[in-house]
Amino acid sequence: MKNMKVSIAGVELKNPVMTASGTFGSGEEFSAFLDLSRLGAVVTKGVAATPWPGNPTPRVAETASGMLNAIGLQNPGIDTFIKRDIPFLKQFDTRIIVNVCGKTAAEYCQVVERLSECPVDLLEINVSCPNVKHGGIAFGQDPVQLQRITQEVKKAARQPVIMKLSPNVTDITEMAKAAEAGGADAVSLINTLTGMKIDIYRRTFALANRTGGLSGPCIKPVAVRMVYQAVRAVNIPVIGMGGIACAEDALEFLMAGASAVSVGTANFHDPAATVKILEGLERFMEEQQVERITDLIRVVE
Amino acid sequence: MRYKEDCRILSQEEIGKDIFSMWLQTDRIASEARPGQFLSVYTRDASKLLPRPISICDADPEKGCLRLVYRVTGPSSGTRQFSGYHKGICLPVLGPLGNGYPMDVAKGKRLLLLGGGIGIPPLLYTARSLGKNGDVTTVLGYRDKPFMDQEFLPFGKVFCASENGDTAIRGNVLDAVRTEGLSADVIFACGPKPMLRAVKSYAAEKNILCYLSLEERMACGIGACLGCVVRSTEKDEHSQVNNKRVCKDGPVFLSDEVEL
Ligand SMILES: Cc1cc2nc3c(=O)[nH]c(=O)nc-3n(C[C@H](O)[C@H](O)[C@H](O)COP(=O)(O)OP(=O)(O)OC[C@H]3O[C@@H](n4cnc5c(N)ncnc54)[C@H](O)[C@@H]3O)c2cc1C
Ligand SMILES: Cc1cc2nc3c(=O)[nH]c(=O)nc-3n(C[C@H](O)[C@H](O)[C@H](O)COP(=O)(O)O)c2cc1C
Ligand code: FES
Repeated sequence: MKNMKVSIAGVELKNPVMTASGTFGSGEEFSAFLDLSRLGAVVTKGVAATPWPGNPTPRVAETASGMLNAIGLQNPGIDTFIKRDIPFLKQFDTRIIVNVCGKTAAEYCQVVERLSECPVDLLEINVSCPNVKHGGIAFGQDPVQLQRITQEVKKAARQPVIMKLSPNVTDITEMAKAAEAGGADAVSLINTLTGMKIDIYRRTFALANRTGGLSGPCIKPVAVRMVYQAVRAVNIPVIGMGGIACAEDALEFLMAGASAVSVGTANFHDPAATVKILEGLERFMEEQQVERITDLIRVVE
Repeated sequence: MRYKEDCRILSQEEIGKDIFSMWLQTDRIASEARPGQFLSVYTRDASKLLPRPISICDADPEKGCLRLVYRVTGPSSGTRQFSGYHKGICLPVLGPLGNGYPMDVAKGKRLLLLGGGIGIPPLLYTARSLGKNGDVTTVLGYRDKPFMDQEFLPFGKVFCASENGDTAIRGNVLDAVRTEGLSADVIFACGPKPMLRAVKSYAAEKNILCYLSLEERMACGIGACLGCVVRSTEKDEHSQVNNKRVCKDGPVFLSDEVEL
């Protein structure tokens, strides 16, 4: 048996493979296709203080090697989430990471405070969703705002805080440093890249929201580059994601310096993608005679 | 349960212009499939990331076989790739997905099946499943040439309408219902949104219980991503807002339940 354990902000994960927020719900729908207990962690869909209806449809569109989404952070609100989703996830031997969204600092803090009494291992703060007009975008694209919201959330949080960074910025290292300066315990990246698709036959936008977040294999090289840069800019763990569809993809992120990885859009192509990636990692370690997964983290300088 | 299977293609033929009919050998999907449910179909080479939702057109639960009828929508589409797969090749699919038509509701009632274009295929297994319990009238609407119309004949009266008048009745599905003076206790409909809107208001006007099968763009197909929602008249228990998931709570909805 290979040692697959990694640790993030003092929380040990049995392996570095997690789900990416918004692509896996709270795991219930996927539990028919894989044993959630095999995952390092389940990262849940963003949850807000109150239920959000999200955007009009069409909300998703396929693109070359990727997709655009403008779900608009539809979520049932923290009350339902605590009553229904956390007890569901507690049945499994995996870490629970709750992704939090809000329209104001107060809203983020309200959710984070509610979660402080819950059996949740880590919090991931989405300051980067490019979809909602009054959403997190201002926090995620301005280092001053980002540092401030990180400080506020840290004050309200009992669990360690991961700040999830937006790639829609000129310099990702500046944002990673701002999160670290605000007291973040870790950062995760990348969220989706803002894009647009036009339906030439209908002569209008493919998404009702006009713009949406680009994800999937087409964003991976951008994501690997940003993870590499962030790892070298800060002294807190970095969680890597963006287009991971196989073990080889996950290894690129680990070798660039990510302490763990999240799998998003690939879940839509194969609901068992996460487990297959985990098995692929173990196979690679077998072939390359690597004993601990941590020996593969940050091997490129 | 839902299963991800690699299904061997038993046959593939073009039954109309750009309309293909394919039989698949499944392990478990066919025996659990209900009328009105669908499959997520993936391209073999993963060149298309997202699955295509395709309705279950027919099934033979004993033999484990299942039929899909689909339209090729364009030259570089995923469905174009499907049409190039020959007999013997394996096709990755996920299913059966969604709720399907409420067959209990139709038992012993006069059922009107209304199908428009590529919304016609799922009605075949629906008609077949009612068997002897059925009192079925089928109205099929086409843009031009009919397809599959003959296959409904064993289950009751069939009326065909076409915009270009290739059929007995010129016009759309509802024109046919009106000119033939058809009445029913229950309507099951599947077709393009403008047709479903018209069927919804017709059913309301005539006070007929009506179920609609909806289409929406999907990503996960299993209820997790919230990509495929439709506005619901009442707050939905799962979402806590006025949104239902077409892939999981649907694709079939009571017409009063949704806003189109
Ligand atoms: C529940 C359900 C059942 C369906 N049953 C059938 C059927 O039995 N036969 C049939 O021919 N078609 C059916 N459709 C429509 C079918 O899903 C689309 O025609 C198909 O996805 C188009 O894919 P493509 O590869 O041809 O087009 P592309 O242009 O390559 O598709 C690009 C993306 O858009 C999506 N997309 C495009 N058009 C539609 C659409 N109308 N609805 C949903 N997604 C779409 C595709 O799935 C894909 O993700 C059904 C749709 C739904 C929602
Ligand atoms: C449909 C969809 C919904 C998403 N919802 C969220 C969300 O609620 N919160 C969040 O922080 N990120 C969300 N994301 C972003 C993903 O978590 C991830 O950062 C991004 O998709 C890149 O990874 P991928 O290429 O593996 O999908 C969403 C992505 C998709 C495709
Ligand atoms: S397609 Fe993901 S919820 Fe319906």
